[in-house]
Amino acid sequence: MEQTEELIPHLFRTEYRKLTAVLTKIFGLEHIEIAEDISSDTFLMASETWGIKGLPENPVAWLYTVAKNKAKDYLKRNTLFDQKITPHLQNNSSEIQEFEIDLSEQNITDCQLQMMFAVCHPTISSEAQISLSLRVLCGFGIDEIANAFLTNKEVINKRLFRAKEKLRMEQVKIEFPSQGSIEGRLEMVLRTLYLLFNEGYYSAGKDVTLRKEVCLEAMRLTNLLLENKTTNKPAVNALISLMCFHASRFEARVNVNGETILYQNQNENLWNEELITQGECFLNQASVGDKLSKYHLEAGIAYWHTHKQDTAEKWESILQLYNKLLQLEYSPIAALNRTYALSKANGKNEAIIEAEKLNLNDNHLYHALLGNLYTGIDNSKARFHFQNALKLAKSKADKTIISKNISDLGSD
Amino acid sequence: MKEFLFVFRNDYQAVPKGSPEEMQAETKKWMDWIGGIAAQNKLVDRGNRLGSEGNTVKPGNVITDGPFMEIKEAIGGYTLVRAESLEEATEMAKGCPIFKNGGSVEVRAINPM
Repeated sequence: MEQTEELIPHLFRTEYRKLTAVLTKIFGLEHIEIAEDISSDTFLMASETWGIKGLPENPVAWLYTVAKNKAKDYLKRNTLFDQKITPHLQNNSSEIQEFEIDLSEQNITDCQLQMMFAVCHPTISSEAQISLSLRVLCGFGIDEIANAFLTNKEVINKRLFRAKEKLRMEQVKIEFPSQGSIEGRLEMVLRTLYLLFNEGYYSAGKDVTLRKEVCLEAMRLTNLLLENKTTNKPAVNALISLMCFHASRFEARVNVNGETILYQNQNENLWNEELITQGECFLNQASVGDKLSKYHLEAGIAYWHTHKQDTAEKWESILQLYNKLLQLEYSPIAALNRTYALSKANGKNEAIIEAEKLNLNDNHLYHALLGNLYTGIDNSKARFHFQNALKLAKSKADKTIISKNISDLGSD
Repeated sequence: MKEFLFVFRNDYQAVPKGSPEEMQAETKKWMDWIGGIAAQNKLVDRGNRLGSEGNTVKPGNVITDGPFMEIKEAIGGYTLVRAESLEEATEMAKGCPIFKNGGSVEVRAINPM
């Protein structure tokens, strides 16, 4: 009994998404709810049956058999069968029994990859893409997704519902994009995986385990792309490299209370060497071809951050990578980080002049940056900016850090 | 926001050919300058450098091999930026590293067709 209670959530996380992907491929994306229902029912049955009769010899095989039977039952009963499957079976109902639901490893992987392209369809918002990914590609519960997004279940349910409606309207198919469109579609997938990872990494949510799982899921999905020849592109290698470098600091960046430990205060001994080595390896593999993606540049920056020692070479390299990143794609956070790197590479005075031009007055990080730059140069201006930052900051963690900066200024 | 074209002009003969380190320092200045414009979200297109070879076609199929030998200030490259006004764009151009070598930046408003 105890075994069952532990095993089912684990299997749910690893197998629910596989069943859903394969079944959705069979039923069509427009009937994704049916696939989800059958997968859920399968797990419900497992928890009932296993609780009474004990664990089957091979729980995964058990789940697959039950899911297959449920799917066949559904097909037999439902009109969907006539519309969608029957034409392929030449109207011969005796063939239902032979109608095979392929749950081989290869087909599961293929279906998950194709599902990834479907979910990251350009017609739905990136927010919805992330929620949908967490639900159907990662097997997260609605309440977990709501937690990760710091919102409630109703919002997530609505978001998922609308996204599915949209996919239905656009008649998105679960299939591999054509040769001609794969590059653009892959870009969308990478963007979503990047955001998914960041959601876990930077979220203000308190549940550290959940946040880490979101990151690991983003890495698992990126790995799926690497395992396939068509999608194993330099940018994908660059993205996983970036994720490895960030993930190497998992244990060092959060304390037992789930509070963020700033980079400079982290215990380097907690950095994961293995992930750093993997990140370097992927970054090497990414360094082919003639396309420089933002993931290449961000991985390069993250690589330099695995060297804690401040050197001229480190900060000059980071500055030039940010210069290139901003030319590729502007973002306020990149602009702020670039200016910080500028202060490290070219000195605070030059950085202050450049910071004053950024025009990000509504951003608490902007004022925190100016506060830092002015510290030791003009402490009254530093205080002014830190106080602005404090007013604009929303999270408790940010406020704590800024208050500390102010008290460190002393009273002059 | 309007778009403006920066046209970089320089006297090719006068540009010093320095050591690799000096050339690298020169590149850094350009990259930092462009990066600073991009950090303000005012870079539209980094543009390109222009090669030193070129032809000019004139009326009557008259072709000359570029204006380079004839004028002191040849166009060496261009960049597209975004600004509220010509004054703001001009202010941005003031940071260009080209002035140290005696070059100039022509700032022109782009009128969309």
